[in-house]
Formats: sequence, C-alpha cells, structure tokens
Amino acid sequence: MATSPKKSPYSHRHLLGIEGLSVQEISYLLEKSDEYVGQNRRADKKNDTLHGRTIINLFFEDSTRTRTSFELAGKRLSADVINMSVGSSSVNKGETLIDTASTLNAMHPDVLVVRAGLSGAVQLLAEKVNCAVINAGDGSHEHPTQALLDALTIQRRRGKLQGLKIAICGDILHSRVARSNIYLLVTMGAQVRLVAPMTLLPSGAENWGVEVFHDMKAGLKNCDIVMMLRLQNERMQGNYFPSIREYFHFFGLDYEKLSVAKPDALIMHPGPANRGVEIDSEVADDYSRSVIREQVEMGVAVRMACLDILSHNLQREMQEAAK
Amino acid sequence: MSGIWTAAQPDQNLGQKAYINVRLLDPATELDVVCEAKGGILTDGESIVEFGAGIFKDGVPESAEIIDCGGHCLSPGLVDIRVQVREPGYEHKGTIESAGRSATAGGVTTMVCLPNTNPIIADMSQVEFVARRARKIGLAKIYPYAALTEDLAGEKLTEIGILAEAGAVAFTDGDKAIANAQVLRRALSYARTFDLLIVQHPEEPSLVSPGGMNSGETATRLGLPGIPREAEIIMVERDLRLVEMTGGKLHFGHISTGEAVNVISQAKARGLNITCDTAPPYFALNDQSVGDYRTFAKLSPPLRSEDDRLAIIEGLKDGTIDAIASDHAPQDADSKRLPFTQAESGGVGLETLLAVSLDLYHNKEMSLLEVLAKITYAPADLMKLPAGKIAKGSAADLMLFDPERGWQVKDTDLASKAKNTPFDLRPVQGVVLRTVIDGRTVYRLEED
Repeated sequence: MATSPKKSPYSHRHLLGIEGLSVQEISYLLEKSDEYVGQNRRADKKNDTLHGRTIINLFFEDSTRTRTSFELAGKRLSADVINMSVGSSSVNKGETLIDTASTLNAMHPDVLVVRAGLSGAVQLLAEKVNCAVINAGDGSHEHPTQALLDALTIQRRRGKLQGLKIAICGDILHSRVARSNIYLLVTMGAQVRLVAPMTLLPSGAENWGVEVFHDMKAGLKNCDIVMMLRLQNERMQGNYFPSIREYFHFFGLDYEKLSVAKPDALIMHPGPANRGVEIDSEVADDYSRSVIREQVEMGVAVRMACLDILSHNLQREMQEAAK
Repeated sequence: MSGIWTAAQPDQNLGQKAYINVRLLDPATELDVVCEAKGGILTDGESIVEFGAGIFKDGVPESAEIIDCGGHCLSPGLVDIRVQVREPGYEHKGTIESAGRSATAGGVTTMVCLPNTNPIIADMSQVEFVARRARKIGLAKIYPYAALTEDLAGEKLTEIGILAEAGAVAFTDGDKAIANAQVLRRALSYARTFDLLIVQHPEEPSLVSPGGMNSGETATRLGLPGIPREAEIIMVERDLRLVEMTGGKLHFGHISTGEAVNVISQAKARGLNITCDTAPPYFALNDQSVGDYRTFAKLSPPLRSEDDRLAIIEGLKDGTIDAIASDHAPQDADSKRLPFTQAESGGVGLETLLAVSLDLYHNKEMSLLEVLAKITYAPADLMKLPAGKIAKGSAADLMLFDPERGWQVKDTDLASKAKNTPFDLRPVQGVVLRTVIDGRTVYRLEED
C-alpha cells in the first residue's frame, strides 16, 4: 500500500483546500481513497504504512466525527495519534495559534490535522511548521476531506462525477463544506446547483460556475444528488431567515420537495443533521435514498489516503533535501 | 351629500347588468370613449363580459338590467394602497366597516391596509382575519400588508414567506421606518428569495423631534419642534444603496419632499427596483395649513413647504411617483383635541382621494386618464393586485363619477367614523355617484 516515495501525482506538502487542485490531483486522491475502503471492511483493518510516524489532531473547535475519523485513519495506518483540543477562547489570538504551532513543530510530528474556527487559520499555521498539514475545516473557508469523501461516495454509487446534476442546498454562506464541494465537483465536471434563500448565499456565488436557485423544487428538478447542508446556527447572528418553521417550510428536504429529483437521487448530508430544520427525519433515515452513513464510512478511507500521501510526500521532500 | 350603502350578499343572484350612456374611462388602455345608449359595460354576475362604444348596437340583452348612467364617467374602481383601518384593537378610531363605507363613498373598491393594528398583522391568522372580516362586511375589498419585523420593532424578521402564502401582499412596519440598515439589508435580501416587496416609511427616526411639524418658518413662528426634510431624504438615499446592494424590491410610501423625488428619479434611471407613492396632502397642501396649530393638519410625514408641494406634482407628472394613496389614518376626536405637540398625526383620506387628486386635472397639470392611472391600475400593479382595470373577465369593480361637480369637504359629512380630514372646508370638484364591487352596487349617492 505504501506510496512510492519517488513521484506522486499529488505533490503538495499540505492539503489546505480543494481550490486550485487539478482533475489529476483530485482523481488520484479519490483513487487512493477507494483502495482503502476494502481494508476498512476487513476484520483486520490495520497495516503498517505509517509505522513510526506521529500525527497530531489539533482541534480548536469542537468536533466528534471528523476528529474520530482522523484518529481512526491514523491508527489503521499504525501511526501514533495524539488528540489535542484547544479551548476556543484562545483561538481568536493569532499569536496563540502561531505559538501553538511552533511548540508542536518542535515535537517533530509528521502530520498536523487542524480544525480552526477562523477562516485562514490553518493556512497561517501551515506556514509556520515543517510537517504536513491537513485542513480539517477552517471557519467558513474549506473542509477538503469532506468534499473528497462526498465525491468518493458519489463516485462509488454512480461510477462518475462528470455530468451529474448535484444540488447543494441550504446555508451556503457559512459552509466550508459547500465551498470545498463546489470547487471539487465543478473541477470534476459535475453540474452544480446551489439552492438557498438569498440571505444564505455569499455574494458572487454565481461566479463559481454553478447555477443558483432560491426555490427547492426548481433547484432539485432532475437532480442525481441532493446534498443538504447543516444550518450553521452557531455562525449566525440574526435575521438570515425568520424562523426554523419558515426555513423548513421552504428549504427543508422532505419527500414532497424530493419528488422532483430523479427517482433514484441520492441524499447526502455532512452531519450532524438538524432534523426538522434542513432535513425531515423520514428522508434522512430512508436508507434506500440516504447515503449519510456511507459518507461517514468513506471519510475514514479518504483520511487514510490523505495521511498516507502527505506522509510520504514529506518523507520524499526530506530525502531530497538531505541529498 | 349623503349616500346609500348596500352590503354585498354573496348568494344573491346578480344576473346581467348593462351600464349604458357613459363616458367609459380605462387608464390602463388609455380608453376614453363616450358611449350613449348603444355602448357601455355589460356585466354578468361578478365579472365584466364586454365593454365598448358599440356593444349594444343590436340592443341590450333582454335579460340584462339596464343602468342608465346619465352620461357620467365610468372607470375602474379606485385602488388605495395605504389605508389604516384600525381594526382590530383601535375600534374607537375606525373599523373595517367604517373604512368600507368611507372607501366606497370615495369610489375605492380595493384597499391595502397597514399591519399596525393590535394585535399586529404578523401571523397567518391575522392575515386571514382581515380578509374574512372584509368579505363578511361586503363593502370594499381589503388586502393586508403584514409586518416586516416582529412587534414592528425593526429588529427581527417576521415569517414573510409563510405570510405571503397566507395572502399578505407586501411587508412593512407601517408608519415606522426600518431604521437599522443591517435589518433592512437582510430583509431586502431575504424577500428577494420569494420576489416579495417591502414598503418603507422613509423617515430617519433620530432626526424626528416628537410632536413636530416640518422644519421651517411656520414651525419657527409657532415654536413647534421641526422635522427636517432631510429625515426623509437621508432614509431614501440610504435605502437606495441597500436596494442596489441586495437586488431587492422596495417601495417608499408617502413621499413628501422634492429632493426625495430627485433621488428616486435618478435611482430609477440607474435601473434600481424601486417605486414610490405620495398622498393627496403632499401635492394639495403645504405646511402653512398648520395655521394656528390645526391638529388635523398634523400628518406623518409632515406637510412640507410650497416648493416641495410643487416638486411632488412634478414627480407625479414625470412618472417618478408611481401612485397616489390616500394615507387614510383615522384618529378619534380626543387624540386630535390636544396641544399640537401631543396630538396624534394622520388624516382620513378615502373620501377625498378622488376629488383632491382631480385638482391635478382641473389645474391642467395632468389629463383625466393620467390622474386616474395613479389611483387605479398603477397602484394595483405595484402590489400585483387583480384590480384597477376594465377588461373582459375581470371583476366588475367600477366607479361612476362626475369629475366636474363641486362640493365642499366638511368633516361632519364624512362617512368615516373618524372625521380628522386635513382638507376640512376645502372646495373640491369630483363626486362619486355609484360604486360597484364584483357586479354589485354597494354605494350610491343619494341625490337631494
């Protein structure tokens, strides 16, 4: 399984975002991820690809599933994994972030997996360390492994990304998941539609190469994939919409709205879902349509691939520097 | 003058009616044609079947009841997009029935009422209450605005999507401005999701001295606090930027200053999605009407200077001002029988809407059709109401009137429960003879 230290189609040291990645780079990441799905389904889920390597999960923001997923990914590759949760109160100071980075850097980790509440914080940290950095979500900016796991889920179900009609619905404005997914899916040739109230769309969204809708039924028409986003209540201060009742009435996914999508359209959600807010429980739990659990499974495989590739890129860099 | 009202009885069998011997006026199609016995309008049940000069050239259908209109003008019923009915909550000032009588006496067949009642129109049940009460009373048709923000406090949006589905035509905080720029920004943006209209009372509240009148000579002489023209202009200018930023749709109610007209005119030329109306007091009166503390002349926005009055007329003529609304604001006698500063603002206007607007025609500022356009299809189109036009198949909402006949406004003669008209004792021209709603004559002038 070990990646050849010679040359990799993904040659960056970090994975900070999807923006700017090429079709080849994304395809390679997905291909590697797909290879790990089988390993995760075996009784013995472990190999020694990253034996002796150190991975630090540095989470400045609460997370259960992403942190667990990265932790499991590292352990299945036999790396030593440390979880660090830093109180969100200290995140706001740029100095603290850099101090933390240089402290950790001194411990010679191979990969830092970082989640931060502020957009751009992970990139800033990456500039201050010698190891590889994976962005596990920064503010409203990017969450690249989520986009990769979503793409892997779709690709395994549909055999392709190109040409699929994919609706991303809900709180686009505050969503890092949406941004990463838009970059990835547009790059890979999917037809991406955004469906949201005007207040939850960032300005200039139409310049992303997507179609914008304000009506669920118009936006979901003939879609292959319906991707719901979590309403980021914690990032909202007032008046983006009047009430949960009205939001669900117009933008919550239920069977009625879903009826205009393709009959076999898949439902996705990055989790954790606000039931009765952006998605009806019935729909979320309909396992003939909903691939929400599969997304979680693919998450571990994607993170294994990313840790694998970046660790070996780092090793190659160090070998080259030593020459 | 006194009239006879006959509330509509929905189950009554209307049959066909032939309105003959009329001057037929439809501003939407610029129709102005004199029809003698061989033409006019034929209605069947609640709708218009046919209209025109020659429709009865082979005789009026036998089954039709003939209404000889005596050569008077027959036009679409008036559409008034700014009315306070005061019910529920302030029935001592006015009721839906009182507003209905007043409206039909003024030729108004459709009105849109502000949400500043008690309770405020901010949920589905209130929207439905207004519609149901209006239907039951059987006089003018009423469509409600709903509140844009909870408690009209200008902070938290109401459920405007759900309210629109329930029948609210547009969203406003009534006679209160949305002062917080971020709130209006979000509101415009959110409303754009559903292509909904927001109606603003353009007045920067921090510049308004409570109880005041227009800043100027008269205010100075009377020692009253002033409300500067800039209160309106600043709010209009700010809001235009928010409309530009969000791509939303905004309508300004009762524009009263010349500079606001200029600013709106320029913004319209830039293609912004904005419209506005004014009310008769702002093109027929100026701040000298306050005279010696006449509280009937205390309005919001206040009556402005003569220059502003003339500029409002220009705005109506060049189309910057889209519509005229009565701004009907009934007040009980006790809230006007107070020192000027303490008195409530507002004036009743439904019964004088036609006659005072016709001043523009009699003074040769605008043609009869141009004046009628501002009080029929233009306001109806702004609110997307099916009203204000004579067309085959449309509701038979009609006004028969004599544009020339003179009368004097007298507060005690008004049909309205409240009598606070700023036009008291004014000689005017233009009398409503008959008001027809959905094919039924609900008001007829009783001739002496």
